[in-house]
Amino acid sequence: MMMLMEHLVIAPVVIPAVTAPLALLAMRRRRRVGLAISLIGCFAMLCAALALFGTAQDDAIRAYPLGNWPAPFGIVLVLDRLAATMLVLASILALIVMGHAVVTSADRKGWHFHPLFHFQMLGLNGAFLTGDLFNLFVFFEVLLIASYGLMLHGQGAARLKAGIAYVVVNIVGSALFLIALGLLYTLTGTLNMADLGRRIAELGPQDQGMIRVAGLLLMTVFGVKAAVVPLHLWLPRTYAATMPVVAALFAIMTKVGVYAMIRVVPLVFGADAGASAWVPSPWLLPAAVLTTLLGFGGVLAARGLREAAAFAVLGSTGTLLMSVSGWSEAAMGAAMYYLVHATFAGAALFLVADVALRRRGQYGDAAVPTPRFAGQEATALLFFAAAIAAVGLPPLSGFIGKLLILKTAFGAPGWQAVWGTVLITTLMGVIGFSRSGSAMFWKSSGSNADPIAGCVRSPLEFAAPTALVLLLAGLTFSAGWAYEQARATAAQVFAPARYVSVVLGGETQP
Amino acid sequence: MSMEFLVASAIAVLVAGGVYLSLRGRTFQVVLGLTLLSYAVNLFLFATGRLIANRPPLFVDGVTGYADPLPQALVLTAIVITFGMTALTVILSLRSFLDSGTDQVDGRAELDQEEAP
Repeated sequence: MMMLMEHLVIAPVVIPAVTAPLALLAMRRRRRVGLAISLIGCFAMLCAALALFGTAQDDAIRAYPLGNWPAPFGIVLVLDRLAATMLVLASILALIVMGHAVVTSADRKGWHFHPLFHFQMLGLNGAFLTGDLFNLFVFFEVLLIASYGLMLHGQGAARLKAGIAYVVVNIVGSALFLIALGLLYTLTGTLNMADLGRRIAELGPQDQGMIRVAGLLLMTVFGVKAAVVPLHLWLPRTYAATMPVVAALFAIMTKVGVYAMIRVVPLVFGADAGASAWVPSPWLLPAAVLTTLLGFGGVLAARGLREAAAFAVLGSTGTLLMSVSGWSEAAMGAAMYYLVHATFAGAALFLVADVALRRRGQYGDAAVPTPRFAGQEATALLFFAAAIAAVGLPPLSGFIGKLLILKTAFGAPGWQAVWGTVLITTLMGVIGFSRSGSAMFWKSSGSNADPIAGCVRSPLEFAAPTALVLLLAGLTFSAGWAYEQARATAAQVFAPARYVSVVLGGETQP
Repeated sequence: MSMEFLVASAIAVLVAGGVYLSLRGRTFQVVLGLTLLSYAVNLFLFATGRLIANRPPLFVDGVTGYADPLPQALVLTAIVITFGMTALTVILSLRSFLDSGTDQVDGRAELDQEEAP
């Protein structure tokens, strides 16, 4: 039993890696068996993530040397509070999205939805766990390659066009990532994150220019993933063109970029890094402010629900980064709380868009009045709950998240910008969503118009968005507990010395 | 001329060509540009182990100087990944061309006619 617990760290990587090929093989002959494998895989991943989350509660950092090669020579997986939180977040989202895809038969629109989905989870979980920068690149590639397939799932000309832009942007991003890794390796001779942090502190003044270049390149790459202005142009088109179910899963993709920043900057470019300490901070706050403004501006201008949801994801990532860019423990605590909320809220919006899209016939998700459609009340209710969460109004957790961000930002450099942006963009979001919501659900195009006839839709379709809204409500009710967790995570992130000693010293307990 | 200068200028020329081509409007040129860019990155990664000739990367009896084996392993990984990516981009551009009838990156055919004299 002890042995099993020790090796549990690798379970979130192994489970999807086994599930994906099994689902692929089974799906060809027996769809039901394949479905069962896929769902069991999602569920097992959630169980493993929860077990790891429980393990991380004792505040210890655990290093898992793969093949028992000691770090910095071998690759390590590291389990701490940040990794455990992200794993749980990803697995919950995966289970809900997978459930929705199965219920709505969205997974039957193309061939390999289930294997691709699990490869995507493999990349995500690996990226959250790894303690090696090159390994992070590899897991990024795994999740990107799977996401290309998922993004094009269901096909269609618009999707293909957006797909090319998405793929090209990410290939260029990968090239930049490799250049940054090359620079870091030349200067320090290591790519282990813990080792990097130690060696960068020892670098002489002649190398400081290069290390700044490497750090900023790395932040550019993470910025591309997180869709920070001016690297955001790929996001709205991609997310609006892909299937809403897939876009709901992609709600966590921008957070992977943010996660990578949270992981790498305090560890490698932290307070001990000499002249390259906090190298991205002067750029991050202005970029985050612009991202937030542009995101919620887009919500205001969006013509359809999917477009609005895509811009809301952009805006919430910007809000999140404004808090992250303070690089203080308090602000990071608020950011962690908001990160969990923003992921669920973005996904909920996309799932509601999916439900609306299926029921409104030829009107799709456009923000125009339609004749009555089946399940209009339930869709409207879910939409308003998701919209309230996304813009951050009480009673849902977005309000608490934004309040925490405002409270922790107060007094820090540039807090006026954070306050102004958060307050203005909340107003913009409220106006944008109430405009599209009232156009779609309240106005009707003539009372004597025939209701939209369509095939009878199963009410099970409402289960997934309802589950997400309930999760958001849970995040509100247990805000005290969640914020305690977030603050403990932030405390661990801002004490990189322990991480370094655990990874390099080989000790498993603090 | 030193080896460093040659390798550095080769990488620079490849990057310049790659950036220029990947900013073009047609998918074929973009694919070529991405390929050039990935060549440049692979060369750059290879050079991060310092440019040393005639030294073994693995342990050999009686040899004191070694070449760094890690960048070679990294380059191998990078080559495999970029190769797969390039193949995917080619297929994707082909599908997009067949579906929309234009090889413009943003899929707008009318740009072709405007440009034509």
